Amino acid sequence: MRAYGKDRFPGRLFIVEGIDGSGKSTQLALLQKWLESEGYGTFFSEWNSSALVRDVTRRGKKKHMLTPMTFSLIHATDFADRTEQHIIPPLKAGALVLADRYVYTAFARDVARGVDRAWVRNLYRFAVKPTIAFYFRISVDEAMKRIVGGRDAISYYEAGMDRQLSGDVEESFRLFQGAIIDEYDRMVNEFGLVVIDASCSIEAQQVQMRQIVTKALTGARKNRIRRWVDLNSMVRASRP
Amino acid sequence: MGRFEFYGQGLPAVDTHDLKGTLVVVEGADGVGRSTHIGLLKEWLESRGHAVLDTGMTRSALAGKGLKAAKEGHTLGALTMSLFYATDFADRLENEMIPALRAGFVVLTDRYIYSLMARATIRGADAQWVKGVYEFALKPDIVVYLRATVDELTTRVVQTSGFNYWESGMDLRLGDDMFDSFTAYQGRLLNVFDTMAREYEFHVVDSSASIQNVSEQIKSLLEPLLITV
Repeated sequence: MRAYGKDRFPGRLFIVEGIDGSGKSTQLALLQKWLESEGYGTFFSEWNSSALVRDVTRRGKKKHMLTPMTFSLIHATDFADRTEQHIIPPLKAGALVLADRYVYTAFARDVARGVDRAWVRNLYRFAVKPTIAFYFRISVDEAMKRIVGGRDAISYYEAGMDRQLSGDVEESFRLFQGAIIDEYDRMVNEFGLVVIDASCSIEAQQVQMRQIVTKALTGARKNRIRRWVDLNSMVRASRP
Repeated sequence: MGRFEFYGQGLPAVDTHDLKGTLVVVEGADGVGRSTHIGLLKEWLESRGHAVLDTGMTRSALAGKGLKAAKEGHTLGALTMSLFYATDFADRLENEMIPALRAGFVVLTDRYIYSLMARATIRGADAQWVKGVYEFALKPDIVVYLRATVDELTTRVVQTSGFNYWESGMDLRLGDDMFDSFTAYQGRLLNVFDTMAREYEFHVVDSSASIQNVSEQIKSLLEPLLITV
């Protein structure tokens, strides 16, 4: 069986972590645009997206059927499917794989739900170690402002309502996400997460990300294929 | 301190001190007669005044359907399958078995973590990893292992359900056809089970005897564990 940190693939794996509202997905999307414009082939994979597992998770969340243990295991199942289908094969093919959330999300959330720290680390031992893991650090208050402003409601599990920390959604979110931040902070050294101050401007964060990623690209393949749309626009451009 | 304990850290926020029922595991290969014997045991237990819950793999409210659907496709990887089964098991443990034990039931489970660990190990999972994953399981009161040789299994399978893809380990392609793969796959499982039988102190029952005889043997194993009034 493969084990964390033991794989050697020609591709690179860049992942982003942080609580909801930290801006990590925006930053990853910008990074992907840039990498493609530089000629690299990229492959994007996000948390909770396995075609085989996703519906089970969605139903379990909707019906509030999940306990801390089954919440942990169903996410690990989803991640295993993505590792087997969407992460390892592109890495072997020399692609740059970009993942929105990774095992550290599980370590932070599950432990905040009372799952044993060592147990959940063993559970994910099959994961490929990222080339670089970015952690977008932000305060709960700042994240709250962004979420409440941008989306309709805070979800039941994201607010840790299953933990019955408080009857009030916002208060529960504050307590639960606070516990998650504590877990992220303790992982910075344990896993060498690269901390980005998510309260800085979007542009400043992106510049920092690109500088760090550039150093990890030495020897990476520039194998982006020209898509039909690109060819079409080239043809149009070449017409007299 | 209750009668039950976990293999390791256990389940978060689950108290075991008030569990008072009896947890009975029936393990054994595909086609060995587990469900027949569980049916007979249930009859017997209920006629003697014990409330019984019977459960088995892929029957969880959470993951049962999803897991069955995943097995119908052609993209289910070994690791994903192992963890899907672990999810199904955890859901049944927390939402069926533990509440039933709390209420004083005899829980009869068709397979337990041992089958799941064996299948994962044969598919390349690291034994220590698998053991670690299942540390949340309760230690059962007894594991009855219905043992049959590969020859006996083959004979039974041919005359009942016929060879099936997963029971033949066709995802591993251990032979040219279902028969070859079945014998190789079940042979490997048998080896793993024989090792586990010692480690986890299974009560081994030779399933080649008559149904009545096997059933009587199982009943006499369970007798001392049951509450008498």
